[in-house]
Amino acid sequence: MNTTKDQALIFELSEPGRISYSLPELDVPDVDLDEWLPEEFNRKNEPELPEVSELQLMRHYTALSKRNHGVDSGFYPLGSCTMKYNPKINEDVARYPGFAFIHPLQEEETVQGALEMMYNLQQNLVAVTGMDEVTLQPAAGAHGEWTGLMMIRAYHEANGDYNRTKVIVPDSAHGTNPASATVAGFEAVTVKSNEKGIVDLEDLKRVVDGDTAALMLTNPNTLGLFEEQIIEMAEIIHNAGGKLYYDGANMNAIMGAARPGDMGFDVVHLNLHKTFTGPHGGGGPGSGPVGVKADLIPYLPKPVLVKEDGAYRFEYDRPQSIGRVKPYYGNFGINVRAYTYIRTMGPEGLKQVSENAVLNANYMMRRLQDAFVLPYKQHCKHEFVISGKNQKKLGVRTLDMAKRLLDFGYHPPTIYFPINVEECMMIEPTETESKETLDEFCDRLLQIAKEVEDNPEIVQEAPHTTVIGRLDETTAARKPILRYQKA
Amino acid sequence: MKHRYLPTTDQDRKEMLETIGVESVQELFADIPEAIRFKGELNVEKQLFEPELIRYMSKLASKNANTQENVSFLGAGVYDHAIPSVVDHVIRRSEFYTAYTPYQPEISQGELQAIFEFQTMISELTGMEVANSSMYDGPTALAEAGLLSAGQTKKKKIIVSKAVHPEARAVIDTYARGQHLSVTEVDSLNGVTDLDKLKSEIDEDTACVMIQYPNFFGQLEPLPEIEKLVHEQKAMFVVSSNPLALGRLTPPGEMGADIVVGDCQPFGIPAQFGGPHCGYFAVTKKLMRKVPGRLIGQTTDDEGQRGFVLTLQAREQHIRRDKATSNICSNQALNALASSVAMSALGKEGVRNMAEQNIKKAHYAKAQLEKAGVETVFDGVYFNEFVVKLNGSVKELNRRLMKKGIIGGYDLGRDYPELANHMLIAVTENRTKDEIDAFAEEVGGAQ
Repeated sequence: MNTTKDQALIFELSEPGRISYSLPELDVPDVDLDEWLPEEFNRKNEPELPEVSELQLMRHYTALSKRNHGVDSGFYPLGSCTMKYNPKINEDVARYPGFAFIHPLQEEETVQGALEMMYNLQQNLVAVTGMDEVTLQPAAGAHGEWTGLMMIRAYHEANGDYNRTKVIVPDSAHGTNPASATVAGFEAVTVKSNEKGIVDLEDLKRVVDGDTAALMLTNPNTLGLFEEQIIEMAEIIHNAGGKLYYDGANMNAIMGAARPGDMGFDVVHLNLHKTFTGPHGGGGPGSGPVGVKADLIPYLPKPVLVKEDGAYRFEYDRPQSIGRVKPYYGNFGINVRAYTYIRTMGPEGLKQVSENAVLNANYMMRRLQDAFVLPYKQHCKHEFVISGKNQKKLGVRTLDMAKRLLDFGYHPPTIYFPINVEECMMIEPTETESKETLDEFCDRLLQIAKEVEDNPEIVQEAPHTTVIGRLDETTAARKPILRYQKA
Repeated sequence: MKHRYLPTTDQDRKEMLETIGVESVQELFADIPEAIRFKGELNVEKQLFEPELIRYMSKLASKNANTQENVSFLGAGVYDHAIPSVVDHVIRRSEFYTAYTPYQPEISQGELQAIFEFQTMISELTGMEVANSSMYDGPTALAEAGLLSAGQTKKKKIIVSKAVHPEARAVIDTYARGQHLSVTEVDSLNGVTDLDKLKSEIDEDTACVMIQYPNFFGQLEPLPEIEKLVHEQKAMFVVSSNPLALGRLTPPGEMGADIVVGDCQPFGIPAQFGGPHCGYFAVTKKLMRKVPGRLIGQTTDDEGQRGFVLTLQAREQHIRRDKATSNICSNQALNALASSVAMSALGKEGVRNMAEQNIKKAHYAKAQLEKAGVETVFDGVYFNEFVVKLNGSVKELNRRLMKKGIIGGYDLGRDYPELANHMLIAVTENRTKDEIDAFAEEVGGAQ
């Protein structure tokens, strides 16, 4: 990490007259735009964009990059985010001119290779999930959730079922689940977890009703636990006329071991930027394909990609489709990366990925279980949750321990999520980490637990080695400064 | 199996299983009921080793006609612009692209500051007070603007000009249905929104009016007049804008827009078959706490040092759950970074110059086509796109052009039956005089 305290904003480096790029001279007859543009459209106040040289620009962004932690910088066990290695070959392939520089509205016969790639990716995702068809249109996980729920709504409405207004989500669900339900026009209803950390079947029976549109479930759930009663749950929902929605955020746990389609799920979304190595990019772009069972195929977003006589084309005549959820055909560039990854792994490789991810998580869980509270004792899947409530009694919060991990070059785990476990820390190592890395991290976390007993201040006042200390988030929210203003 | 992404050795596995206290990895999967366990091999395509993979993917890519080897006059929302080389060098720094959302600000200052700078650039271009950290793309940003307007005004009618991108209108329809909102489309007249029809549609139930500027046909809409009509009825004025055009045109923020959205693809983002691009979302200060998506704010640490954090998170799904203003979580951060680098590289002067070259080259192309006997329609002021009327089908002409290495314009008949045989032509700074002349000759020769 850089030890410089402040990095100037690019606007503060700016000096009139400097440039980092030049277009060729205009080679067509000039037009006097002040004359040609009507007064109302002729911009007077010029936008204040930076004026820097090319080297200044590169140094600025290089300095910024040094103030950022990525998977290539160090261990990043951020639970529910699957921060695995992002293969470099994916980045190369996505930049081939035949993928990067093609226009979405070109005639279909000029983009057959792109369509073939999309078609193959869809087929592979069908195989991994056990669904009947997949759309690549949604841009990210939350977008996929909303797309899936809109399809479920269309399905019920097509059956004349207008009273199914409720979507059930577990109390451990990711925040996007209830938010997506609302945006799709449903009311979110919570179902409780039991003492084993999985959905309480009795509570599920209590909330399921004739107004149930769907149950949204992550399996394994956000505690990293497999919902072992999934067959019974599917039965309860289906008997009530509802649909079962699979949030694929945790797909990395079960590839080749179990498929949502076989568990009884009707709709699935995947996060290609998690399980299938699309890089997270500092928060995006992602890609959130949705798979469905046969009875929901008519409602897929349009257009739908079809293969006929060895050629590929988009089908627009889909009268029951929910319509478009995104312009064009989804985040193609991310889909190229995911397809490249799948081809790098093959069927055996994908299965091995999940086995190793689960092995790594269980190993860490057992190494840490004595120093922290382990709320759920059974084997976990690809991630697990520990609680810092004993440390809290000594005056040190999980937030403090997370900040202390920064001092050792780690990105901390997800903290305070899921919301049903007090002072929790959610750890997902992924399969791309070596045993040595897991051991070093566990050693550090155990050391921190000891510091909490012997020298709590060092934890409470962490981090000590980062370019900046803890930031005042209250003032940031109370008196927001959301852009640079010239002094 | 041995694989370069999987470091666990057999010895490691043995030791780890001992610590866990199980005999085999399979025991860790024992909680999956027998009936639903997957047996056998996944029916996914077989593994390829890197040299094979490169050959195979290169072959797939080579089946596509790309805009580097061909000359493109296709726009309609996605444009072929110069991308400074530095853009890819910056976004390939793995500290940026292998990071997640900056939830730990102490080790994410780089990303946070870069996006704070992005927000500033978007504010400058649009003339708005607040811009967020990005949306999926322009059309979904526009749809979200509709939801925000409905929430803010407690009204249920969205009015959209038919001169808004057809795929954006399709996305708006889907989002509106989700929220039980109605969408009314208003016809265009001579390539711009029909103001009489618009006026008759705006009523007290109207949540917002959506206008694209420059619009789908490349024409500039009379925003000041529309603004009066919209605000007279206390509806929200939503404008979708190509940010490059705002380098030269008066920004919607100076013409009374409440929400300005669009796509940053023209700045540093390759077309890549339609995504990922980068939506932006800008609002007046009044709407700051209603904005969807992430916002970066400036603050200080315990020693008074300047730093940046995710802020006003009480709007977002991870805090507010079903009461959130939007369900968006992942956004387009890396592409927002790419656009920031492109805007910084072009700089104040370069962005203006690029915008001007687009207008001038489109101007020249239109004149050359007219000279070659091609009929142009709509006589308003335009940015980098305009419409021509052909004697025959656009598809046929495009096939012929493709043989000459030219990717022709967009077939407007796909979305507007009354504009069958009309082609929307985009001319960016990337087109040379020779390319424009050759194109005009080909299109003219076909008439």
